[in-house]
Amino acid sequence: MTGPRLDWSGDSLRLSGALSITDVDDIAVPTGAKPRRILLTGLTRLDTAGAWRLLDLSDRLDAPIEGATPSHAALLETVRRNLAPPDEVPAPKRLRDVIVNLGRTVWARLRDALDLTAFLGGFVAEIARLLRHPTRLRATSLAHHMQAVGLDAVPIVTLMSFLIGIVVAFQGASQLQRFGAEIFVVDLIAISVLRELGILLTAIIVAGRSASAFTAAIGSMKMREEVDALRALGLDPVTILVAPRILALILTLPILGILANIAGLAGGAVMAWLDLGISPTAFISRIANGIGPWHLAVGLIKAPFFALIIGIVGCRNGLKVGGDAESLGRLTSASVVAAIFLVILADAIFSVFFALMGV
Amino acid sequence: MTDPIIKVRDLTTRFGDHLVHEALDLDVRRGEILGVVGGSGTGKSVLLRQITGLLTPAAGQIEVFGQPVTETDPDAFRALRRRWGVMFQGGALFSSLTVRENVEAPMREQLDLSDETRETLAAIKVRMVGLPEDAMHKPPSALSGGMRKRAGFARAIALDPEIVFLDEPTAGLDPIGAAALDALVKQLRDALGLTVFLVTHDLDTLHAICDRVAVLAERRVLATAPLAELRQIDHPWIRDYFGGPRGRAASKAT
Repeated sequence: MTGPRLDWSGDSLRLSGALSITDVDDIAVPTGAKPRRILLTGLTRLDTAGAWRLLDLSDRLDAPIEGATPSHAALLETVRRNLAPPDEVPAPKRLRDVIVNLGRTVWARLRDALDLTAFLGGFVAEIARLLRHPTRLRATSLAHHMQAVGLDAVPIVTLMSFLIGIVVAFQGASQLQRFGAEIFVVDLIAISVLRELGILLTAIIVAGRSASAFTAAIGSMKMREEVDALRALGLDPVTILVAPRILALILTLPILGILANIAGLAGGAVMAWLDLGISPTAFISRIANGIGPWHLAVGLIKAPFFALIIGIVGCRNGLKVGGDAESLGRLTSASVVAAIFLVILADAIFSVFFALMGV
Repeated sequence: MTDPIIKVRDLTTRFGDHLVHEALDLDVRRGEILGVVGGSGTGKSVLLRQITGLLTPAAGQIEVFGQPVTETDPDAFRALRRRWGVMFQGGALFSSLTVRENVEAPMREQLDLSDETRETLAAIKVRMVGLPEDAMHKPPSALSGGMRKRAGFARAIALDPEIVFLDEPTAGLDPIGAAALDALVKQLRDALGLTVFLVTHDLDTLHAICDRVAVLAERRVLATAPLAELRQIDHPWIRDYFGGPRGRAASKAT
């Protein structure tokens, strides 16, 4: 197949060869005198891209196209009808638009927060209904989700907490040794792990694991119209999909928190023994005598609230998924970010609250 | 008669123990619209996927433009693939791109065009399939089913291919939208000189635009003929298909 060529033929330009999408950008336009017409008598093959280039050329040189075969003429006509409408100039961006956009964004965020609160309300109402009619709760589903979010998370949560215990003990030891106050490493580990680190890091791991899993699972059900099918059967998606997941989280997160506490203390004890020579017996007795039960309670009280946040964010985003795969991916990652952020925010509020209460 | 543009010989397809095609032969002529019909599970879409190289058959030869599709080297196959376009059942648009970017995608991957040329050409294609101007910058999720099919068709013809494969283009469309899509396929075939391989269940489409119809049954192509001749064939499935209430209604309409 030969490429396209434009040659002078008297006062006309004569196009020969094949003009197709592969070489529309390479065709050389002769400069100088204006041709009277563009002749297509030597044209062998023409496609839509070539037809567009010809029309463009004829428009710029102000020369009519002549000598087209009937099929080429039909193609040229089809393309001519579908050229861009001439008034396609985008309006310039102005300060007013920027402010309007800012307003829209703020309003969207506010509505988002309101939606989340409404969803929380809906869930609480559902729990109230379940308390009156406990048989409505899907026990199998609840057990399944307790395994998925709780039991399956045990290895990663305990391992992480054990390592955190080691880190805290090691950092504390090197500072406290300088004052000869090695024994206070035990207090440092116990208070930081029990009050904050154990439950907070557990919640962060669970947010990463389960908030994304909830959004992806419910979101793909939404995409395949399964959620609509539930509604059409007269079943409430909150009862069937949301309640078991969030309840499973609320029931298992405190247990995971206790396991994380134990693993964190164990990690600290190992490090204290190896690094400072504090025997495990001394470690345990120091905790039993020196650390009040409130430190443990402060940590565990937070667990159900963190669970609620993770569950609500994950399930709500799942139900927000639209018809396309794009929104599923976007909302899944948004779930993880929002859940972790809200967990840390709640933790900060709890810290202030407990400080004011003096515990 | 010139050589067929698509030539399938002795094709055998097997999924586990389930034999889908056995010694299937099919010819598609240059410039025709060939409708492929058959009951559910007779492997119409599978055949389309095999011809376009998305599935490898268990045995048999498939030639497009006289070149083998199976067991060919990747470079030759890439050059071959550029000469056809495929429209899948649901449109199969990339959901992260807008409609125009979807149409641009094959051009971006296959050709070295300037941004401006590519955008202009894609916009022409989008208008050619009859989508409104404001659909250009919408994501596929914001389109109705019929518009998604049109956009899928625009992407299939983005590179001005010589063959277009359409998988149930009118399924799930209302009769007006289906008729408009039929007319569009015919119009573009006439304008661009396309060869169209069309898998369909839509009897109206078969009547309205298909030059020949291939019937898939009993694991092979039972017959390939213009619709009028096909009606004369005495075979229980063909009789039921075209002689049933829907088949008769569609033939009366034209």
